[in-house]
Amino acid sequence: MVSAPAAENPSVATLRARFGASVGRCAVLCGATIVHVAGDRGHDVLAWLRDAPDERYDYLVDVTAVEYRDRERPLEVVYQLRSLARNAQLRVKILLPKNEPLEVDSVVDLWNGANWLEREVYDMFGVRFRGHPDLRRILMWENYSEGYPLRKDFPLRGRFSRSEQVRRALGADLKAHYSAEELSIAESYHSLPADGGAAPPAPGPRER
Amino acid sequence: MGEKRVLEFALATPGIDAAGDATRVPLVAATPGPPEPDMHTDHMLINIGPQHPATHGVLRLVVELDGEVVVRVIPHIGYLHSGFEKLGEYRHYNQIIPLTDRTDYLSAPANNVAFALAAERLMGIEITPRCTVLRVIACELSRIISHLVWAGTTAIDIGAFTVFLWMFQERERVYNLIEEWTGARLTTTLTRVGGLMADVPDGWTGRLREWCERFPKTLDEVDRMLLRNGIWLGRTQDVGVMSAAEAIDYSLSGPMLRASGVAFDVRKDHPYLDYDSYEFEVPVGEHGDVYDRYLVRMEEMRQSVRILLQALDRLPDGPINAADPRVILPPKRRLMSDMESMIHHFKQVMEGVPAPVGEVYFPVENPKGELGTYLVSDGSAKPVRWRIRPPSFLNIAALPKMAEGHLLSDLIAINASVDIVMGEIDR
Repeated sequence: MVSAPAAENPSVATLRARFGASVGRCAVLCGATIVHVAGDRGHDVLAWLRDAPDERYDYLVDVTAVEYRDRERPLEVVYQLRSLARNAQLRVKILLPKNEPLEVDSVVDLWNGANWLEREVYDMFGVRFRGHPDLRRILMWENYSEGYPLRKDFPLRGRFSRSEQVRRALGADLKAHYSAEELSIAESYHSLPADGGAAPPAPGPRER
Repeated sequence: MGEKRVLEFALATPGIDAAGDATRVPLVAATPGPPEPDMHTDHMLINIGPQHPATHGVLRLVVELDGEVVVRVIPHIGYLHSGFEKLGEYRHYNQIIPLTDRTDYLSAPANNVAFALAAERLMGIEITPRCTVLRVIACELSRIISHLVWAGTTAIDIGAFTVFLWMFQERERVYNLIEEWTGARLTTTLTRVGGLMADVPDGWTGRLREWCERFPKTLDEVDRMLLRNGIWLGRTQDVGVMSAAEAIDYSLSGPMLRASGVAFDVRKDHPYLDYDSYEFEVPVGEHGDVYDRYLVRMEEMRQSVRILLQALDRLPDGPINAADPRVILPPKRRLMSDMESMIHHFKQVMEGVPAPVGEVYFPVENPKGELGTYLVSDGSAKPVRWRIRPPSFLNIAALPKMAEGHLLSDLIAINASVDIVMGEIDR
């Protein structure tokens, strides 16, 4: 097995020089460098890491979040960065204290790959990404109302009983399954001239 | 697109240049005819899936069409969401391995290896040399079976039925080998933290070598059918193009990234197991279209065979499990006669293997792309967070970018070329 060098990634020192107190503690775990960044400067730091000629972390590997079993511990939004040119990796973390709204700036304007990744974090953890172009649920359905499944206070079997889940599924408004964006297309569909026959009926709430 | 060519010419000429390589000849005349008159019709909304063979799983595409041209694609995922990551937080590390089978179920052994490697890095366990080589064999066999499904289903989506049959026939042969090894075909659960579930049976390496020597012939036959086939070229070339910069921007990985010309392969750039000691090439495309993805994946299968043969040559004797009684279950015989073994067995089964406080991100080069396993431990026997960085998820996220502006029929070809597996996208 080849293990990565355990030394701290030199990007952290330059980050500290550039952003000062916004760069928090840094750790080297299992060969990877993890650096904590203040939430309000997160976007600036990531943009700088992507564009600075000596850094060039051009590839966003992953965006995810971690919540610890210790309820007091802040939730972490984790960015895995990679520089393809320099073949270097860096893990950037933004801590979100539980007593504040879980919000962080979106990085979709830096990497398009962040679009679905951030949607998944929102869907699973309830972290809102400011400036995300299309922040809606992705794995769960649009009107899912049991909360955020990967949060530690979410029970493994879900919040609703099976009968409640069935009742809600049957009572769901089918239109609610479409996003607002799709509905605008769907509406134009119903304004199409009928092909000989009658116009298709508009989808209505499903009967019990 | 090149100069104008007539249909007969493209079909009759195999399209080879003086060096014998396939030329990139468009099937139909490249010069556009007079623009179609705008009929001032409304755009049409088409729903494809989630139950549709061409979506390769329960993927739903809402497509806005202007005539036959795709204006907008909105993919909908989540129909197969099973909450694997949530389930993993309630399980011991070894109990998570069966879940990894079910993420990318077309290459289960590689997922098993990916998870075991991450857990071992977290716990600081060294695996044995025989285990290392056997895991390389498992990874490369997975790559081949996954690419075989990709080639077969993509070809059938574009209309080449024969390829589908040939590819699935070869896949069955590999599955027979995997079944001999693990007892299962699809859900292998091959690895354990610190080792493997079983050693390969007697004579298995010989049968694998036999298969490795015969298999490239099938690839050659498929290449003879498709490589210079006018219909195949017309349906795949310049379709769904992603430039290198776009591929990086969209975080594509695996063959999707390499077909766009970015030579990044985790096996080469962040070597794991003993990949740095094998001789193999990383095929890289130039145009980033469906055809280049086909070329890249076909070549990757040949390179996998190369790696398999080298692995068979070097496969050392010895144990498959690390000599660490904390993580490896004692043999059943000793369990019944030896008090210490019984205690180890009891603790492992009842309490699990605790991992030290820390976290690890371990990327591996899976057939679909970079599969990352991100494990966070608080010192207990169950992870605080088990994150799968799913390559298909990120690759399919670029579908709107690739397909918009193409024909509806091209959307099917592009979607096929991404090589998605919904088990991994939805998890």
